[in-house]
Amino acid sequence: MAFPDRIERTVDISKPPATVWAALTTAEGLSAWFGNEAAIDLRPGGSAWMRWDSGHTADVRVERVEEPRVFGFTWHIFGLPEGDPRRTYVEFTLEPTAAGTRLRVVETGFAQLPEDDHRRAFEGNTRGWESELGELVAYLDSVA
Amino acid sequence: MVPDSEAVAEQVFAALADPSRRAILAELASEGPATATDLASRLPITRQAIAKHLALLTVAGLVTAEPGERRRVRYRLRSAPMQVAQQFLAALARDWDSPLDALKEHLDRPASGSG
Repeated sequence: MAFPDRIERTVDISKPPATVWAALTTAEGLSAWFGNEAAIDLRPGGSAWMRWDSGHTADVRVERVEEPRVFGFTWHIFGLPEGDPRRTYVEFTLEPTAAGTRLRVVETGFAQLPEDDHRRAFEGNTRGWESELGELVAYLDSVA
Repeated sequence: MVPDSEAVAEQVFAALADPSRRAILAELASEGPATATDLASRLPITRQAIAKHLALLTVAGLVTAEPGERRRVRYRLRSAPMQVAQQFLAALARDWDSPLDALKEHLDRPASGSG
């Protein structure tokens, strides 16, 4: 299947896991390499955000915190409507090596299709803006 | 049987690869539902060609024909397949290489961090 659901990268870093962990899980660390500004509430279910100078903001929900080995979060799929429930899951795994840390990042969920969206996507009856607007017009007509 | 995401994305990309169909979809996206005649008056494409493309796009599930009298039938863009294609593009557009390079550079600097 060619639909890209999963992205995986591995990088070797010449610092111990504790240092890499701090770069991934603190506002100071994240804003030094990932976003231009960041905030994080480091606990499962905690929220975090990163903001870029381009104006883009990523809203993040912390999912897994197993210091200093596993850090996982979910975030919105870029380009989908704001209210869309689909999120991809990003998991960083830190493995100590002789030279420092082997860091693996895996992002999954690009191909997910929840039931509701499945139905919307394939069986028609799209409740798009047009039908919402139609309902608004009908409502306004009824109260006028 | 419902087509899978791959098949839906393929329909979208195939539709977008053709300049006339791209123009029709763009027009429906920006101006809302329209008849073949409306589209022919606004695009440099014959009504006959537009009708043919709309039929193809309807079969592919990318537009839907509203019920109505022939020639007055309005076609509406379906956003759901576009969102499936968007997910495909989101995976291609996700750039992990640059941030990981930046992380490596940030941490590998001799004076950085506590390690």
